[in-house]
Amino acid sequence: MSSEKIDVRYVAKLARIALTDDEVERFGAQLGDLLEHVDSLAKLDVSAVAATAQVVESRNVERDDALVPCLDRDVVLAQAPQRQGGFFRVPRIIAE
Amino acid sequence: MSNTPIERNAAQIARDVNARTLSAAEVTEAMLAHVDAVDVAVGSYLTVLRDQARQAAARVDARIAAGERLPLAGVPLAVKDNMCVTGTRTTAGSKILEHWVAPYTATAVARLLEAGCIPVGKTNMDEFAMGSSCENSALGVTRNPYDLSRVPGGSSGGSAAAVAAYEAAIGIGSDTGGSIREPAAFCNLVGFKPTYGRVSRYGLIAFASSLDQIGPFGRTVEDCALTYDAMGGHDPMDSTSIDRPLETTAAHLRSDLSGVRIGIVKQFATSALGAEIDAVYAQAYRDLKALGATLVEVELPTADHGLATYYLIAPAECSSNLARFDGVRYGLRVDGPDVNDMYERTRAAGFGPEVKRRILIGTYALSTGYYDAYYVRAQKARTLIAQDFERAFASCDLIACPAASSPAFQFNAKSDPYSMYLMDYYTIPMSLAGLPALSIPCGWVTPPGGDRPMPMGLQLCAPLFAERPLLAAAHAYEQKTKHALKHKPTLTEVVG
Repeated sequence: MSSEKIDVRYVAKLARIALTDDEVERFGAQLGDLLEHVDSLAKLDVSAVAATAQVVESRNVERDDALVPCLDRDVVLAQAPQRQGGFFRVPRIIAE
Repeated sequence: MSNTPIERNAAQIARDVNARTLSAAEVTEAMLAHVDAVDVAVGSYLTVLRDQARQAAARVDARIAAGERLPLAGVPLAVKDNMCVTGTRTTAGSKILEHWVAPYTATAVARLLEAGCIPVGKTNMDEFAMGSSCENSALGVTRNPYDLSRVPGGSSGGSAAAVAAYEAAIGIGSDTGGSIREPAAFCNLVGFKPTYGRVSRYGLIAFASSLDQIGPFGRTVEDCALTYDAMGGHDPMDSTSIDRPLETTAAHLRSDLSGVRIGIVKQFATSALGAEIDAVYAQAYRDLKALGATLVEVELPTADHGLATYYLIAPAECSSNLARFDGVRYGLRVDGPDVNDMYERTRAAGFGPEVKRRILIGTYALSTGYYDAYYVRAQKARTLIAQDFERAFASCDLIACPAASSPAFQFNAKSDPYSMYLMDYYTIPMSLAGLPALSIPCGWVTPPGGDRPMPMGLQLCAPLFAERPLLAAAHAYEQKTKHALKHKPTLTEVVG
């Protein structure tokens, strides 16, 4: 672990968030500060420790393969920013 | 106000409504009138559910008239706005969901309504539950009912303020790193985070799925116990919900602590918090002892790494959970020439600065080259923290420590993000270990620059699934000390 400078533009691209120049600068400084704080974890000896994803007993849960009532399609599509017939409408994905 | 039922606790209201000396409709009308009078000043609610409240009251009164008895008959309930209620706007305090109307109801809410609760409204919160003051809400300001120049805490600050200002008898919030316990401490309430998985998360808008847990706010331990008993237990709609019978709590509250060993954490010595706060906690520990508890010193050597661990794990999980807000299926969309532009513009416009920061740090911690160094290392630190608690609970039944390092602070006092994160120093380790924990009023301190006493919270924490002894002990402490009753909210100064 090291506090190398975080490439905020690259990370924002991965996260699909457009940032202004001002945000790049401000978030860059704030995230750098936070990374310095979390670097304290480097002091912990975790070589023989298993990772914990979830603390309480967890196992795979399956339900019966049976039809149960679900939300009506029109109820769901009523919340869509844009719909077309029975579909969500989105901007073009593949260039012409 | 004294002739109306709004100052009564949930247990009293349920008793009166079940006995038919009070109707749910009367409670509801009184409550809605009170909300109209004070919420302009307090700002607990983002949406007041007048119609749903009246309809629920009519249903409850009809059921009581038909001979049913309901554990929370006619009890006004404040619901944090990250929990879905069919047909109501559910925003998570975010612009990206500002106009979203939930098409289904969260299990926890559905169970409380079935138990007789009246849904008064949806309460303000830090955006997507990320914050400790409610100042990160994109949709409104909530003020502390004990001093309107101060924050109510967060992220469940709206529910806390509502219960403190008598705008509801009970509230529900979600606690990921302290978001029930800290606002409870700030608002002179009992706030309880159950064991992870004890209350269904179905219909709770996810922040960090391995940590999020719904829990109650009440003005008494008994009210929290009744609420927990009504909403807890297995739910097939949440695959992380614990599939074993719920151990109910309300019928098992105690009046003394004889035979209970309470651990005082060596690493959490309060002397760094200042003499006045230190004295409050020293007195709290003496009171526990006077109730018959045996105090033992315990060590949580890794707890100091809780904050660093949490601020990798929670953002990592949030960056994944919040990927669903992309402008396609619901919520805000800002159009662009292609779909990637649309995603980026939507998320830029829809998320506030704290949410962006957390998504960025989480994305970074999960990205190629950093995953092992940050995310996996944090998960291993989480193991060590959970093991610390296991060892500590070998020599004690409960752990007592502060819920927050200070009383409620003034608006804009924590402009540096990390200084806000520090507010959760005492609550995060329990969250990482999944343990049940609560905050209970334990005294009053006049903050520097303040002109009136503000409440402080004592945190009590128990082993996994030990909700019953936890609430039993909290009740004994509450009945002996009665700290919550020493001061009233200051609403009257504002609204006359």
